[in-house]
Amino acid sequence: MSILINKTTKVLVSGMTGKEGTFHSRKMLDMGTNIVCGVTPGKGGITHLGKPVYNSVKEALAEHQIDACGIFVPSKFTLPAANEAVDGGINIIIAITEGISPHDSLKFISNAKKHNVMLIGPNTPGILTPEESKIGVLATEYVKKGNIGVISRSGTLTVEICYCLVKEGLGQSTIVGLGGDPVVGTTFKDIYMLFEKDEKTDGVIIVGEIGGTMEEELADYIANSQNKIPTVAFIAGQNAPPGKRMGHAGAIIEGGMGSADSKIKALTKAGVSIADVPWETGILMKDLLK
Amino acid sequence: MKLYEFEAKKIFTEYSIPIPTGSVYEQYNADRGRHLTNKPVVLKSQVLTGGRGKAGGIKPAFTEEEVRNGFKQLLSLRIKGLQARQILIEEQLDIKREIYLGYSILRSKAKIVFMISGEGGMDIEELARTRPEAIIKLSIDILDGFNKNHVESLIGKLGFDEKTTLEIADIARALYRIFTEYECDVAEINPLVITGDGKLIAADARISIYDEAVHKHPEYQKEEDTYTPLETRARKINLGYVELDGDIGVTGNGAGLNMATLDIITYFGGKPANFLEVSGRTYHKAKEAIEIILANPNVKIIFGNFFGCISRCDVIAKGLAEAIKSGILNVPLVIAMRGTGSVEGLETLKNAGVKELYEDDIDAGKRVVEILKTL
Repeated sequence: MSILINKTTKVLVSGMTGKEGTFHSRKMLDMGTNIVCGVTPGKGGITHLGKPVYNSVKEALAEHQIDACGIFVPSKFTLPAANEAVDGGINIIIAITEGISPHDSLKFISNAKKHNVMLIGPNTPGILTPEESKIGVLATEYVKKGNIGVISRSGTLTVEICYCLVKEGLGQSTIVGLGGDPVVGTTFKDIYMLFEKDEKTDGVIIVGEIGGTMEEELADYIANSQNKIPTVAFIAGQNAPPGKRMGHAGAIIEGGMGSADSKIKALTKAGVSIADVPWETGILMKDLLK
Repeated sequence: MKLYEFEAKKIFTEYSIPIPTGSVYEQYNADRGRHLTNKPVVLKSQVLTGGRGKAGGIKPAFTEEEVRNGFKQLLSLRIKGLQARQILIEEQLDIKREIYLGYSILRSKAKIVFMISGEGGMDIEELARTRPEAIIKLSIDILDGFNKNHVESLIGKLGFDEKTTLEIADIARALYRIFTEYECDVAEINPLVITGDGKLIAADARISIYDEAVHKHPEYQKEEDTYTPLETRARKINLGYVELDGDIGVTGNGAGLNMATLDIITYFGGKPANFLEVSGRTYHKAKEAIEIILANPNVKIIFGNFFGCISRCDVIAKGLAEAIKSGILNVPLVIAMRGTGSVEGLETLKNAGVKELYEDDIDAGKRVVEILKTL
C-alpha cells in the first residue's frame, strides 16, 4: 500500500506539451504512471506521447475520470492552471512549477482549501510511490518499494535520503515532496497523518530544512498523537546564517524564526530521532524498527 | 527585494498614507525648501536593514550646524556592515503616541497576517519574543480580502476613540492594498505616530517585495547592498551563492543537498566557506562555480558533492574538468558523485587528474577534513 497515488491513479498533466512537461511525462510513463491525458490551452485535439491533449481541464473531465493532476506550466500560468484543476474537482493537485509569486500561491492554495482539495507544492519535486506511480520529477532509479514514508522539502536531497535508506535495506512506501517555497499547500503534519493511518508504512523520515515553522508544528502534533510510528528527522541547514536565502525561496531564518536548532529541539522533545547527517537517517530508522 | 524607506514612503503617498514632509539627499544641501530649511529636522540613514536607530542611524538636528555635521556622520556610519549613500531629511514630529501596524505571511497556514500593537517604535521582532501578548494578530485569507469590521474591532481593543480607530483602519486598509498589489513579504509602519494635535503620520516605512514579483515593479529593482561583492557576482550569472566564514569551499547540485553538505563538513569538524548551488538551469556552470568559490581568499580546499538526477553528473564533471584544464584550480579538490551520469562523470574527472574521487559524501566529507589538516 501507499498514500495518495498508486498504479491505478488516473493522472492528468497540465502543461504536458511544453519542454518540462514532455520530458517529465515521458519519465512518468516509463515508470508506469497511468497518465490518461494532457492539457495545454490551444493544443486541444492533438495526441502527445500517445495521450490525448485538451484545451482545458473542463474538456478533459468531460471525457475522462481524473484522480490527480500534475502542473508543469510556466510560473505565470500556474495560478489559472491550479484554479482550473481545483474548480474542475480534481482531488489531488501537484504543482511542480518553481518561481511563482507567493501571493499567487496564497490564492490557489486558499481556493484548494475551500474545496477540500489536497494541493501539494508549488516548487515541489512531486510524489512517488515506487514501482507504481509518480507525479513530478523525482528520480526513480534510486528508490525501492518498501515500508518507509518519506516527507521532504527538498528535491535532490530527497533522492539522496532514499539512496541512504536503500543502502540500509529500507524501501519506501511513498515519497512526498512538499516544496521549497515559503508558502506551500500541504504541510509535514498533513502527510504525516496519512502515513500514520497507512497500514503498510512502518516508519517515517522527515527531511526538513531551515525557514518557517512546519517542522515545529509537526512536532506539536507528534507529541500528542495517539498512534505514534517510528520517526527520524534530518534538518538541513544547521549551519546556515540568519537572513540568507539558502537556495530555496523558503529556506531562510528570519524574524528570529526558522532555525534548524528550534526545529531539532521541538522534534527531539516530541520523541523523534534526529539524524545529524543524511546517512544517519537509515541507520537510526533500522534501529527503531528492530 | 527590500525597498529603502524613502521608496516605501513614495508608495505610501500614492496610497494616501500620510508621511512626514521630507526629501532624500545624496549630498548636504542647506537649501531644502520651505518646510525643511531652518526648521528642526530628523536625518535618517537609508540602509536596507533593521536596528538603524540603535546603531545611531537616526539623528535629530535643531541647527544648520547639526544638520551639516549629522549628514557627514551618517554618510560615513556603517550599520551592520552597510553604508548609506542617501540621507532622508524630514520634519520633526510632535509625538504623542506610537503604534505598530504591519502585514506579513503566516507561512504554515498560507495566510496573510495583520499585526497591530500599541507599543510602536520598538523592534517588533524583539517585542514578539519578549511580550508576544502586546501584538494583536488577525489572519486574513487572501481570497476573502481585507475586512474593515474585523480590523476596526481589533484596533478598538487598543482603546482609541472612534475617530482615531476609523483613521487607523483606513491606513490599515491602504497598507493591505500595498501589501497585496505589490506582492510583498512584509509591509509595515513602525511607528505610526499620533501627533500632539491628533494627526496620524507614518514616521517609518518598511516594504519588501517578493523576488518572484519584483519584475512587475522595475522601478524598484536594484542590486541590494545586503549582498557581499562575491554574492552579487554570483547572482549576475544566476548562481545561488552565500558567503560563510570557514575555509572549505562547497558546491553541489540542489539547495537541500548543499545545505546538508555544510552540515556534513561541520559534522566532521570542518568549517564551510560558502554555499553554492548548481542545479536546474545552472548545472552546466560548474566552471563558473569553481571560479567564484576560489575568489574567496579563505578557501583552502573544495568539496563538490553531487547526486545526479535531472542535473546529470557527467555534465557537471565536464564543467569541472574544463575548470581544471584552464588552470584556475589552485587548491585540492575532493569530489563525491553518485546518481545519474556518475560513472561517466567520475571517469571524466579521473582523466582530468582529480585524485580524490568518491561515490558517497560520508567518505568524501571525512577526507576533506583530513586533507585540510595536512595543508
